[in-house]
Amino acid sequence: MDVQSWTLLLVVISFSLYIGIAIWSRASSTSDFYIAGGHVPALANGLATAADWMSAASFLGMAGLLSFTGYDGSVYLMGWTGGYVLLALLLAPYLRKFGKFTVPDFIGDRYYSNITRTVAVICALLVSFTYVAGQMRGVGLVFSRFLEVPIDTGVIIGMIIVLFYAVLGGMKGITYTQVAQYCVLIFAFMVPAIFISIQMTGNPVPQLGMGAQVLGEEISLLDKLDGLSEALGFTAYTDGSKSTVDIFCITAALMVGTAGLPHVIVRFFTVPNVRDARKSAGYALLFIAILYTTAPAVAVFARTNLIETVSDQPYEEMPEWFRKWETTGLIVFDDKNKDGLIQYVGDTDKNELTVDPDITVLANPEIAKLPNWVIALVAAGGLAAALSTAAGLLLVISTAISHDLIKKQWKPNISDKYELALARISAVIAVCIAGYFGINPPDFVAATVALAFGLAAASFFPAIILGIFYKKMNKEGATAGMVAGILIMLYYMLRFKFDMFGGGNSSDWWFGISPEGFGTVAMLLNFIISLSVSALFKDPPIEVQEIVENIRLPKNAGRANSH
Amino acid sequence: MDNPQKKAKAYWNENLRYLVILLSIWFVVSFGAGILLKDWLNAIKIGGFGLGFWFAQQGAIYVFVILIFVYVRLMNKLDKKYGYDD
Repeated sequence: MDVQSWTLLLVVISFSLYIGIAIWSRASSTSDFYIAGGHVPALANGLATAADWMSAASFLGMAGLLSFTGYDGSVYLMGWTGGYVLLALLLAPYLRKFGKFTVPDFIGDRYYSNITRTVAVICALLVSFTYVAGQMRGVGLVFSRFLEVPIDTGVIIGMIIVLFYAVLGGMKGITYTQVAQYCVLIFAFMVPAIFISIQMTGNPVPQLGMGAQVLGEEISLLDKLDGLSEALGFTAYTDGSKSTVDIFCITAALMVGTAGLPHVIVRFFTVPNVRDARKSAGYALLFIAILYTTAPAVAVFARTNLIETVSDQPYEEMPEWFRKWETTGLIVFDDKNKDGLIQYVGDTDKNELTVDPDITVLANPEIAKLPNWVIALVAAGGLAAALSTAAGLLLVISTAISHDLIKKQWKPNISDKYELALARISAVIAVCIAGYFGINPPDFVAATVALAFGLAAASFFPAIILGIFYKKMNKEGATAGMVAGILIMLYYMLRFKFDMFGGGNSSDWWFGISPEGFGTVAMLLNFIISLSVSALFKDPPIEVQEIVENIRLPKNAGRANSH
Repeated sequence: MDNPQKKAKAYWNENLRYLVILLSIWFVVSFGAGILLKDWLNAIKIGGFGLGFWFAQQGAIYVFVILIFVYVRLMNKLDKKYGYDD
């Protein structure tokens, strides 16, 4: 069977599975729709959180990014896993005890102010929309590459699937489809990685194969890759080229941003009690770590394979995958010195080959000459990753509209049934908007994803942490801190990413920190301003201080409800 | 420990102590070994990896997972000790 038939077969099987689960787990109340009724077992929640968290970017993009940046890529590995330690230790248990539906719920109640609540809603919407557009695009890309349908058709197929189970099942449907999607995506990621690891080093564990000796040679894989890279004029793979202060700040911003993302936090509202909230954070990170420790190994295998396949080889003798990706424009060869050989070197004037890092995971099985079903499996895995994240984000968006805005602020007296209908309508609208951005991607998507982390770090994280750990934090302090954090983050991003306010290049960066890492500075500023302003105003009311004392104790975390 | 307020405060202080210890380890393996001390640690080779590079791309993640499960255990015990387990 060829790759295309295999892909079609696997996609149809996996999609039928998702739809079947959605029909089985329909939502019948707002509590079902928002938080799956609050009785998802810790293990299932861990699996669902992992699928929710690992997007098309993690599945398709990260290994490629690592492959082309070497040590510098470590910021994503540590940043996107270390955040879960913060989440498990500092946020999840207390927010679960608080026991409401959303992050703006917590901020609004803890800071006894609808203005603060609205600021939180705006942040949640901004973060989620920027994310979801990228996911829909990922769905479209996989469809177009493997089933040869236009990208737009792919986006629309993805929209219909997500619409089906997000609207029907809400959080309940999403949770159980995500469990299935995790299984699909991790299987799809591990199979080729194990194959290639055996091929190159004889070791079936990619995490060990990455440092093992190359088969038939006397040198370890990493040393070999360092040697190859330096001989061609690239930075040594294990060295990297970013400054230490920048690496430090980017890692911190991604960690803190991860812990502040609403679609991740909300998953911890779905478990029955505080104990399970802690445990499911552990499971989530364990399941994420399986992929995140394999990705750097895949990156090393792919990089070595790529260099060995193309470097100084005749263009005419390139394998079939090379030509296929050339037609998509993601591999570009320009024979500058007309010798018919591919010079792939660090010097940009002499380099003749440009490879888009995004193709690494998709092309890797082909480069390593793996069987067709493995290549098709990767496509199904990529779709699972993109769909699961998209669904989680869409739920946050629809909840923000039906619950945080309409129920909590505008029409508090609507019935549960009516609110559920509103939530479903909001989900439909959100899917359509996301689909629109998937078909017409704004060219700032990549930049705004980094902005989303920075914003979450600069706004939510300090407000939530202070809300739990500092009883005397009042609404004036928290609001001032959030607004200042967001504004300075926006200013820095707009100036250095979008060339506004006079623009500038890396030599103008404050303290040598890139916009990606600036979330760390903005977060610190938020903390300082929150604490200083809070000292000027009176303490929060006694009932609010009692809420804080109550969330610190794990006992009697009843089922979450809206009253 | 009859006074519920006193009990709650003692529980909270023990919880904070655990957080400080666990988050120090969290900081040391990632920001310490993986970033600040990376070049220095790379002189040590283990299993084909420079140690600093290994921490940055593998080791820190393993420690993160272990940290959360240690926290879960510690807190379950603490909840029991103070009678806060459901």
